[in-house]
Amino acid sequence: MNGAHDMGGMHGMGPIDTDPDDPLFHAEWERRAFAVTLALGFHGRWNIDTSRHARENRPPPEYLGSSYYELWFKAAEKLALDTGLITAEELATGVPRTVSDTPPPDPERVAAILRKGSSARLPDTVPPRFKAGERVLVRDITTPRHTRVPRYCRGRVGTIDRDHGVYIFPDTHAHGEGTKPQHCYSVRFTGRTLWGDAARENDAVLVDLWDDYLEPAP
Amino acid sequence: MAGHHHDHDHDHGQGEDGHAHAAPPSPLAQRVKALEALLVAKKLVDPASLDALIDTYEHKVGPRNGARVVARAWTDPAYKARLLEDATAAIAEFGFTGRQGEDMVVVENTPRVHNLVVCTLCSCYPWPVLGLPPVWYKSAPYRSRAVLDPRGVLAEFGTEVADDVEVRVWDSTAELRYLVLPERPPGTEAMGEEELADLVTRDSMIGVTRARTPVRGEPA
Repeated sequence: MNGAHDMGGMHGMGPIDTDPDDPLFHAEWERRAFAVTLALGFHGRWNIDTSRHARENRPPPEYLGSSYYELWFKAAEKLALDTGLITAEELATGVPRTVSDTPPPDPERVAAILRKGSSARLPDTVPPRFKAGERVLVRDITTPRHTRVPRYCRGRVGTIDRDHGVYIFPDTHAHGEGTKPQHCYSVRFTGRTLWGDAARENDAVLVDLWDDYLEPAP
Repeated sequence: MAGHHHDHDHDHGQGEDGHAHAAPPSPLAQRVKALEALLVAKKLVDPASLDALIDTYEHKVGPRNGARVVARAWTDPAYKARLLEDATAAIAEFGFTGRQGEDMVVVENTPRVHNLVVCTLCSCYPWPVLGLPPVWYKSAPYRSRAVLDPRGVLAEFGTEVADDVEVRVWDSTAELRYLVLPERPPGTEAMGEEELADLVTRDSMIGVTRARTPVRGEPA
């Protein structure tokens, strides 16, 4: 989607606060929102692409006016409601109507889940469409759905830098339409290709892009 | 701005951790509290697990992990070769595995190339080696400009890169998580792994700065 989250190349966002001692959380509620989001995810009712889409799928003024963990929290709350983990009535009253009969992971299981992670990499059963060194054109994709093609590289020509192997395709996975296994590559764009004369001649941007986003360069 | 606390200066004085300047609008803090209470009552989350999650990323997993990986790569050429060839496996040799680091890529800074990592779409970041991202990494100013004006961004961090050095920006839009292997600082030839790890900062492994040069032992 063409959301406010797709920030690469925008002007006017101001200077960076480079303070190396800036804390990871600035208030207790941010800690709790972070932990609740992760803990709710352990129920497996949604995947990382669904949750990314839920965070990004906000009207741009709301997205830009919200702090980071505010976006996380709102998405977690919405996903919990949409998937029936909680009801609107329960949320409004704070009174549970039902209680889960499967215990949530205890701290030790949580530690094990974090250590194991959940790779989006899939068995290498799909052939790559491109190989390193090949020139590719990024399809000019405009969709209200979830996608991981940043706007700044759409319609631009780059070179396959490396093939990362086969990965879950977020565009379908975010919408419950399967993993659509395909290769994901680092595609290298010269700064000049992306930004014209504003870029330095010897600078480059490498973007991770899936097969479905690409076609052979003309 | 998203993820930038200074925009929440209009606090209502209810900072729960004593940081009044960072206090959110009160209704949001209350909503978070209410949801957590409901989820606990419904037995959907375990409060001890929430505490453990926070403790893990606030105190146990952080850039010290990445620093150990870098120091090993500086002192052990065979390890460095493994790291650049299959970063996930080489990092797992330290036991650093899992969430948001399932599939790792390490990119090496050299006298010819300076690497910089960003996620323009959200906040993708290698948790097992760096912990949770700093606020600036998730902020609009960094995400918007790292790809467009990387040298300007580097200058804001006090990092000058010579004109003839290529700046290579990695936009981690997929599930690969990137770690920059900074250049080993001059004057560190006699240092062991542990001492070297102290020179490796979080920011140098994102690529916005270089590793610290030791105060003593500067090259003549």
